[in-house]
Amino acid sequence: MSERTNERLSVFKTYKLYVGGKFPRSESGRVYEVTDAKGKWLANAPLSSRKDARDAVVAARKAFGGWSGATAYNRGQILYRVAEMLEGRREQFVREVADAEGLSKPKATAQVDAAIDRWVWYAGWTDKIAQVVGGANPVAGPYFNLSSPEPTGVVVVLAPQESSFLGLVSVLAPVIATGNTAIVIASERSPLPALSLGEVLATSDVPGGVVNLLSGRTTEIAPSLAAHQDVNAIDLAGADETLAKELEIAAADNLKRVLRPQTVDNAEWFATPGTERMTAFLETKTVWHPTGALGASGSSY
Amino acid sequence: MPTTASTALPLKDVTASNSSLRRYLHGLPGVDAVGLEGRAASLGTRSIKTTAKAYAIDLAISMVDLTTLEGADTPGKVRALGAKAVRPDPTDRTAPATAAVCVYPDMVAVAKEAVAGSTVKVASVATAFPAGRAALPVKLADVRDAVAAGADEIDMVIDRGAFLAGDYLKVYEEIVAVKEACGASARLKVIFETGELSTYDNIRRASWLGMIAGADFIKTSTGKVAVNATPANTLLMLEAVRDFRAATGVQVGVKPAGGIRTTKDAVKFLVLVNETVGEDWLDNHWFRFGASSLLNDLLMQRQKLTTGRYSGPDYVTVD
Repeated sequence: MSERTNERLSVFKTYKLYVGGKFPRSESGRVYEVTDAKGKWLANAPLSSRKDARDAVVAARKAFGGWSGATAYNRGQILYRVAEMLEGRREQFVREVADAEGLSKPKATAQVDAAIDRWVWYAGWTDKIAQVVGGANPVAGPYFNLSSPEPTGVVVVLAPQESSFLGLVSVLAPVIATGNTAIVIASERSPLPALSLGEVLATSDVPGGVVNLLSGRTTEIAPSLAAHQDVNAIDLAGADETLAKELEIAAADNLKRVLRPQTVDNAEWFATPGTERMTAFLETKTVWHPTGALGASGSSY
Repeated sequence: MPTTASTALPLKDVTASNSSLRRYLHGLPGVDAVGLEGRAASLGTRSIKTTAKAYAIDLAISMVDLTTLEGADTPGKVRALGAKAVRPDPTDRTAPATAAVCVYPDMVAVAKEAVAGSTVKVASVATAFPAGRAALPVKLADVRDAVAAGADEIDMVIDRGAFLAGDYLKVYEEIVAVKEACGASARLKVIFETGELSTYDNIRRASWLGMIAGADFIKTSTGKVAVNATPANTLLMLEAVRDFRAATGVQVGVKPAGGIRTTKDAVKFLVLVNETVGEDWLDNHWFRFGASSLLNDLLMQRQKLTTGRYSGPDYVTVD
C-alpha cells in the first residue's frame, strides 16, 4: 500500500484569475513563473492583459448595484463568512504565504491569523461606519439635515507588493465593507495567496464581480485602469513612486479619488487599522428635509 | 443594379397557386444545421483590430436602425432618440449618423420632425407588430397610416401562423399587398421572426418567399421573443439574398435585429456580410442592425480608439 502512495502523481494547481465570480485564464493566454523567496519555481500565474482589466471593470460595475444596495448588516455577515472560510483553509494559506514571503511557519501563521481577524474586524464595521462619519447636522433653518456615507463605486486596488496576504486583505476588506466593488491587482512577485483568496471569496456568498483579482505586471495593467472612465477610485498601495505619479496623472482625467501609497513596514500591517481606508472611498450624501412640526406650531412658512 | 424586387419575373410562375409555391419552397435545398452554425462560429473568430476596427465601428454606427418599440414610448423619448440618431456622439462630430430611427406608426410624425434635415430615415413597424395577428385590412391601414405620416421604411411582420400551417400563398399575398401599400416612397422590410419558425429550413423558405413577394429587406426578428438575431440565422439569410441575386439579378437587404448588444457582436455580423455576400452589401442601404443598446457600446469603443482610454456608460446617453 505504501508503495502505491509513493507512486501517486503530484497534482499541480492551475492558478487562475477571479473575475465576475468565475475563474478564467488570462484572455491573452499568457502566464508567468512565480518563484518563492529563494528563486525556486512555485507555479505559473496568469499574466493579465488590458482586456482582462477591462472585463474586470465591466464585472465590477455590474455587481455594484446589488452590493452597494445590500444592507450593511448583510455585508457584515458575508465578510464574516469570508473569515470563516479562510479559517477552514488556514493551512493552505500558511503554506502559500510562507513560500511567497520566505517566512518560517510560525511567522506565516501569524500573518494568516491576522488577516482572518481583519475580515472579522471590518465585518463589524459595515453597519457602524455610518454612525461615525454620518449623522444629523445642525442647520440654521427649519430642516432636518442628514448626512450619510455612500460607496464611491468601482475601486481599483493595487495590492501591496511585499505583504502578499495580510497587506492584501488590509487594503481590500475596507473597500468592499462599505459597498464598493473592487478590482485588485495582486502583488506581482507573490500573487498566489491572492489568487487563492478568490476561491475563498467564491465560496463565501460574496456576489460575483464584487471582488475581481488580477495577477500580472502591475505596470502593464494599472495604467489602463487608472485611465478607465468607468473606474471611480484607485488605491495606489502597491505602486512605487514613479508609477504612483504616472497613475495619479492618468486618474485625474475623470476625477477619480486617489489614495496615495503610504510606506507601510511589514510589521505595521499587524497594527489595528483606523477607519481611514474605509472613509477614503466614501462619498457623503446630505439630505435636507422640512421639519413639519414647526409649521404646525406657528412657523411662518 | 435594380434597387427594388418588383422585377422578379423568372419566379412568377411559382406563385400561381399555393401548391406550386409550396412545391418551390420545399424544393429548396435543406440546410446543413451543423455546417451553418460551424461556419458562423468560425467567421466569428476573426480578429479585427486598429484601423479595420475603426472602419468597422463607423460602418456599424451608420448601419444602426436606432429602435424604440415600447408601450411606454413618449414623444419626448422619440425626440431624444432622433437627436441621438442624427448626432450619436455630441462630443465628437466625426461620428457618423445612424441609418434610421425605428418607431411605432403613431410616433412617425414626431420622429420625422426630430430627424428633419439629416440623412437619418424614419422606419416604422406596421401590420400589427409584433404578433401580426390582425386581419389584412387592419394591417394595410396600419401601413398606410405610417406611410402617410412620412415613414421612409416599413417593417412588416409576416403571419407566422399561416406560414407554419403551410399557407404560403396567404403570406405571399399579404407581403405583396403591403408592398403595394408602401407605394414608391417607402422601402419594405419583411420580418420573419426566425425564433418562431423552428427550423433553419423554414428560415430559408421564408427568406425566398419574402424576396419573391418583393421585399426590399429581409429582417430576422422583432426583438420581442426569446431568440432573436443569431449569427447562424443571419448567415442563412445572407446566403439566401446572395442566391436570390444570382437567380434574378435583384439585390435585397438584410437586417438582423434584437440581441446584438456589443461591438464585438456587430463586427462579427459585418464579417459574415463581407464573407458571404461581399462589399456590395457593406452599406447601410443593404445591411442594417436593429438595435438600441448596441449604439452606446459602439460609441464607447469609438471613444476608446480615439482617446486611448476605456470609456464608461457615464459618457453616453441613457435611453
